Amino acid sequence: MRDPLFEFLLRQGDNTLILSHRISEWCGHAPVVEEDIALANIALDLLGQTQMWLGLAGEVEGMGRSSDDLAMLRDAWDFRNAILVERPNGHFGQTMMRQFLFDAYHVELLSELVNSSDARIAAIAAKSLKEVEYHVERSATTIIALGDGTQESHARMQAALDNQWTFAGELFETDAGDETLNETGIAPLPSSLRSRFDARAKAILGAATLAIPETSFAHSGGRSGKQHSEHLGHLLTQMQWLQRAYPGATW
Amino acid sequence: MSDESPTARNEWPLWEIFIRGQHGMSHRHVGSLHAADSEMAIKNARDVYTRRNEGVSIWVVEASKITASSPSDKGPMYEPSQSKVYRHPTFFDIPDDVGAM
Repeated sequence: MRDPLFEFLLRQGDNTLILSHRISEWCGHAPVVEEDIALANIALDLLGQTQMWLGLAGEVEGMGRSSDDLAMLRDAWDFRNAILVERPNGHFGQTMMRQFLFDAYHVELLSELVNSSDARIAAIAAKSLKEVEYHVERSATTIIALGDGTQESHARMQAALDNQWTFAGELFETDAGDETLNETGIAPLPSSLRSRFDARAKAILGAATLAIPETSFAHSGGRSGKQHSEHLGHLLTQMQWLQRAYPGATW
Repeated sequence: MSDESPTARNEWPLWEIFIRGQHGMSHRHVGSLHAADSEMAIKNARDVYTRRNEGVSIWVVEASKITASSPSDKGPMYEPSQSKVYRHPTFFDIPDDVGAM
């Protein structure tokens, strides 16, 4: 099995990288220009976080791979992001629902990581947390506005929740590597974040007049790398195209 | 500002944005944007106008709530003060002890 710390760093960096790319697909297409800019800002925040996580991953691996190498020169089976973040954007409400589910998890994770026994991880978490606290406030406000909005927006947001709720569970999946990192105080068990995530989801989705689906089923396979959805490969062909066609190209 | 054309009615109201910069004491008008309510206007202003670390405080005002002077009143409003140079405090000798004013 691979080094649990390297695996952990890839999971962080791949979540932020893939979600960043997905959100950046809205650039120039958002319903209003203000949202367009806000989404681009969030995508850039996540890309900056990716640079730190994957940079540290390359350092820990010790094979001389940079954050760019890890982002642009790995294939789908090497990615460790949760399936949630690779899912297609759908309509604006669908994107914001995915964003809220991820943000609500992300903010709890980072709040714990700021106390990591690894000073490098604590520093990345501290910088990221300030950004993510804003992300979750923004996505939560939008979820409430659209969920508790018109009949049509409510119906669309309920469908978006029904459609994505079962992908949130994977974020809290816990394996032997997570146990190891938890024992040394490097990172919390993902499963330990679930109750706070649920509390926030219940409060925000409740205020949005949306009903959380009654199922404990959770899709799985992204964070272990065993089985991503078919969407990841397509995303990578776009994201990695330039480095694949013109290896080592810089500007 | 409240435009009654059919397209405008479906849009979010316009907000004027004022930002207090890192080095300024007062809020300055930086532009305008659309938002459904004042909270959203603040968030949008944060994303649109403070991306490059421009501000430490944001005010938003719904554009329709602003009462503005009319450009056609320019003559009576401003011209009378043009000929009153004595209103500029340039006729006093400032003692050296005062320093920069």
